Amino acid sequence: MGGSAPAFALEVRGIDKSFGPVHANRDINLQVKAGSIHGIIGENGAGKSTLMNILYGMYQADRGEILIGGEPVRITSSAVAIRSGIGMVHQHFMLVAPFTVLENVMLGAEKDFLLKASVSATRALIERMGRDYGLAVDPDAKVEDLPVGLQQRVEIVKALRGGARILILDEPTGVLTPQETEGFFQILRALRDEGVTILLITHKLQEIMALTDQVSVMRRGEMVAHRATAETSREELAELMVGRKVLLNVERPEIAPGAPALRVSGLRNRDREGVERLKGLDFEIRAGELLAVAGVSGNGQTELLDVLAGIAAPSAGKIEIGNAVVDAEHPRNPAEMRALGLSHVPEDRHHRGLILPFDGEENCILGFQDGEAAGAGFAIDKAHVAARAARHVEEFDVRPPTAKLRAAQYSGGNQQKLVLAREIDAAPKVLLVGQPTRGVDIGAIEFIYQRLMRLKAAGCAILLVSVELEEVLSLADRILVMSNGEQTGLIDRKDADERSLGLMMAGVTAEGKAA
Amino acid sequence: MSDFLFQLVLTLDATLRVATPLILCGMAGILSERSGVIDIGLEGKMLAGAFSAAAVAHLTGSPWAGLFAAVMTAVLLAALHGFACITARGNQVISGLAINILASALTVTIGIALFRRGGATPSLTAEERLPVVDLPLAETLAGVPLIGDLYSEILSGHRILVYVALLAVPLTAFLLYRTRFGLRLRAVGESPEAVDSAGISVHLMRYKAVLLAGVFCGLAGAYLSIAHGGEFGREMSAGKGYIALAAVIFGKWRPVPTLFACLLFGFLGAAADRLQGREIPFIGAAPTDLMIALPYILTVVLLAGFIGKATPPRDIGVPYPKGK
Amino acid sequence: MNHAPLPAWADIGLLPLLNILAALVVSGLIIAAIGEDPFRAMAVLFQGAFLTSNGLGYTLYYTTNFIFTGLAVAVAFHAAMFNIGGEGQAYLGGLGAGVAVLMADSFLPGLLLIPFAVIFSALFGAAWAFIPGWLQAKRGSHIVITTIMFNFIAASLMVSLLAGPLMREGQGAPETRPFAEAAQMPYMHEMLGALGIVVPRSPLNLSLLIALAVAALVWFIIWRTRFGYALRAMGASPGAAEYAGMNTVRITVLALLFSGGLAGLMASNAVLGEPHKLVLNFTGGYGFTGIAVALMGRNHPVGIILAALLFGALTQGGTELDFEFQTITRETVQVVQGLIILFSGALAYLFAPMVARLIAPFTAKKGAPA
Repeated sequence: MGGSAPAFALEVRGIDKSFGPVHANRDINLQVKAGSIHGIIGENGAGKSTLMNILYGMYQADRGEILIGGEPVRITSSAVAIRSGIGMVHQHFMLVAPFTVLENVMLGAEKDFLLKASVSATRALIERMGRDYGLAVDPDAKVEDLPVGLQQRVEIVKALRGGARILILDEPTGVLTPQETEGFFQILRALRDEGVTILLITHKLQEIMALTDQVSVMRRGEMVAHRATAETSREELAELMVGRKVLLNVERPEIAPGAPALRVSGLRNRDREGVERLKGLDFEIRAGELLAVAGVSGNGQTELLDVLAGIAAPSAGKIEIGNAVVDAEHPRNPAEMRALGLSHVPEDRHHRGLILPFDGEENCILGFQDGEAAGAGFAIDKAHVAARAARHVEEFDVRPPTAKLRAAQYSGGNQQKLVLAREIDAAPKVLLVGQPTRGVDIGAIEFIYQRLMRLKAAGCAILLVSVELEEVLSLADRILVMSNGEQTGLIDRKDADERSLGLMMAGVTAEGKAA
Repeated sequence: MSDFLFQLVLTLDATLRVATPLILCGMAGILSERSGVIDIGLEGKMLAGAFSAAAVAHLTGSPWAGLFAAVMTAVLLAALHGFACITARGNQVISGLAINILASALTVTIGIALFRRGGATPSLTAEERLPVVDLPLAETLAGVPLIGDLYSEILSGHRILVYVALLAVPLTAFLLYRTRFGLRLRAVGESPEAVDSAGISVHLMRYKAVLLAGVFCGLAGAYLSIAHGGEFGREMSAGKGYIALAAVIFGKWRPVPTLFACLLFGFLGAAADRLQGREIPFIGAAPTDLMIALPYILTVVLLAGFIGKATPPRDIGVPYPKGK
Repeated sequence: MNHAPLPAWADIGLLPLLNILAALVVSGLIIAAIGEDPFRAMAVLFQGAFLTSNGLGYTLYYTTNFIFTGLAVAVAFHAAMFNIGGEGQAYLGGLGAGVAVLMADSFLPGLLLIPFAVIFSALFGAAWAFIPGWLQAKRGSHIVITTIMFNFIAASLMVSLLAGPLMREGQGAPETRPFAEAAQMPYMHEMLGALGIVVPRSPLNLSLLIALAVAALVWFIIWRTRFGYALRAMGASPGAAEYAGMNTVRITVLALLFSGGLAGLMASNAVLGEPHKLVLNFTGGYGFTGIAVALMGRNHPVGIILAALLFGALTQGGTELDFEFQTITRETVQVVQGLIILFSGALAYLFAPMVARLIAPFTAKKGAPA
């Protein structure tokens, strides 16, 4: 930094951005002190990533102004951002997988047409970063061979290579283990002490509390508060983020659970690369019971749903539904699992639960296309399917009230209702639900909760996977916590609170806590 | 020299001639596909280049003007392909097919309009063709056994573009692996988001790669009509662009292995020519149809993963939306 | 695609028309550049294709080929696969028909022989698509490349068969002996003549009706059967197909068999309909043009029939242009075909933003979808 440092490394004034009808950023103001760690917190979809992408030149704001070191800058592309001293680590890494670390760090910062000089300069840079900030990484390793934590280091080195003084990190710990996260925090503190200004985007309260100096809260596209971290609390921030305490007032019927409907013992799974994703799970769900699976995203919950639904096979252990047994030697595909009375509302309704170019009618038989749902005869009975879809639309209050639109044309909440209607219509004994309210508007959330509770009251065993702790706490009868593919806790709802769940999600087992 | 050796030398000599357009198109294919743009249109760009080369060489009397015209024509078609695939984000395979059909039909249509010879150009005189290059000391070494044969008979005495093709391989390798341009080109085919976020224009990189591929295709076309041959004939590329594409895959999108694939396929082609209608001891009639089909069969076997694994650039065929 | 969504009539009606128009304008410029009158050429082409004595018959004969190959490409497209191998599959379909006839035309009556040969053509076409399909499904080998390779392998195979075991004895030309009369697809002019309707002689034959029936069948299978549903689901969203428990390997292979079989059926027209023997290169690029037909027809049988008619007319009109003009030849018509592929395929959405802007004032009033 030359001369005297201005008070604010970065200032944002009146930024506004819409995508069609979606108002993603609304009159955003932000001031970031030089040499501080500034957190920006908000729920998924609050507009944090949009703001960061505007700062990095990936999107252009419709209105508003950005000042760097007190000077107004028009950031029209990432090249301009880089030149203005901004480095960014994206939520999804921007790395070239088959390239070496060195090639990745060099890309975009090569000095000459010939690479020779840049190669030695970059090698020296990587070594220096390793020494100064604890960002050690082998420059000749291929990125695709590195664990995620190291890949992230490469991203940070890349972001800093041109002498960036402002570092933006978008949800950086979503992919890290707790141990990696701690090391990562050390690095950020070291960077701050060197005078780098850090902007940390996250939806995790504990990170804000542990790491930041200042915090700004976003909610539904607006900046709702700025606080010094030392002068605020988790509770205050949580309230600011959510802004609605009334919503999760769900009537949770207490039902005497029936016989076990789903029993899982010693369940393990390896992915295609041979990495173990599920490391021995044991639980059962009884008829009329809702078991919620809590955990930081990416800790094996997706794989658990896939294995239970028949999309992936167990590598060890077994699943029992009724009298049927699924294990490594006897896998069943999703169609066979459905035949056992299992329904599945997947986490990703855009790529799994719905076929976006198909209309609501055609989507209402997805997964049931070979059965009675599509008609009795050899061909698909269009009238029968249309009647079925119309019934779904009516019973689940889908808007607009028609099944003739393409799935892509419904809002997120109504898409979810279409999926839920289809899966509940099969009168399942076991229902798997993944992130039921992700990207769903508030009105639809309450409706979805009510339907799940009604289904439970009717004796269905429900397994709910959610990263939203509030959702878990308001719906569950019992809670299973997963961390890094392991089961770190299985407790009754009445024994659970945010803090105890948070510890288990961080990998501290329930037994460890008790000791 | 025994008859067998004599035949072998002739065949190897011919191999080099047959392989030259394959090598040039192969390098073109590597450049385009490594940047993420599928290039089915090698065939068409080469054919159009061949026509322009012969037509302009005949009309101006200068093979160099012909060479220039060939390169410009192929680059023009490459620009069309680039526009369709990069800017208009169209289907890259269809664009390539359209270019092949257009080249095949336009060369004949324009040829008839210009020369009224059923689509062919008039035969070129020796001066209108690109020159033959005798490598230094070829005369002197001609008498030396083995080395002399190898050097004087096989390596020396080819048209200049043969040597250009052989130089194109180390040049392409150098460009890809030792320069900033190459680093970015390879990156843009694997992970355009990474290139974009590094502040480099994905579209511009892909255009550069596609246009450079056009240059190489133009050279290949000129070789066909004003170096190896002495006139343009309709459909004279005869599927060589597709064989080059197969060689690119066979060479796993890398320059040196692709060179060897081109030489192998060139050898099969040359040998099939020489063996046409001959008897081979113990086998009977030479299976020349099989030899002609072998490059395609080998490529399918490779693609099936039975001999090694051919992994294309990760983002090949996917248009990149402009970061707006 | 990322273009602004257009109303259906603009997307499947206006855009394709604009694309053809653009192709025709560029073609006209090229024809003018080679010193001919594009408007006169257009008139001659239209006359040759529809108005001369047997022009319509020829046009419909070519149309028949394009319906088969267009349907073949479309079926694979619905499963998100690009089958470029129609040319080779049609070629092998010809082999199937030829082998069936050469085996049995000495003893089977036409009523049995023709269906037998037609089925064989479909089976051989399907068989030639099986390996690329299986490799795609099981080993992830890219269907575009493998089917291109199989086109060339088919060409080599056919050369060695037609110049070898299948060659007519005592002849030098690489072709089979003429088929017995029982194996000849009934001509349309003969069938209509028997009903008292007199039409000029042309190669048009029963295959046109087969093609139309097959088009209807394809529509039924794709949009009304459980298999068709699964095929389209897999094509539109592989993740959803996996979620639904569909056997994607099986669907992939079946889709390619279906596609290859349709391409193979082209032989019922181009071999059994006329010239009644198996000759070298009888496929004449129809397999490739099928891609353009499918694109223009938006992969729907009705669209494909219309597009096939356009390409049939271009092909027949092209031969007429060849007679009429000094410098316009069949290849000039191929230029038009190439431009249509370019505009309606690779540049399909070039005009979409423009159209969206132009029609915006009219569609806004009706209210956008919620």
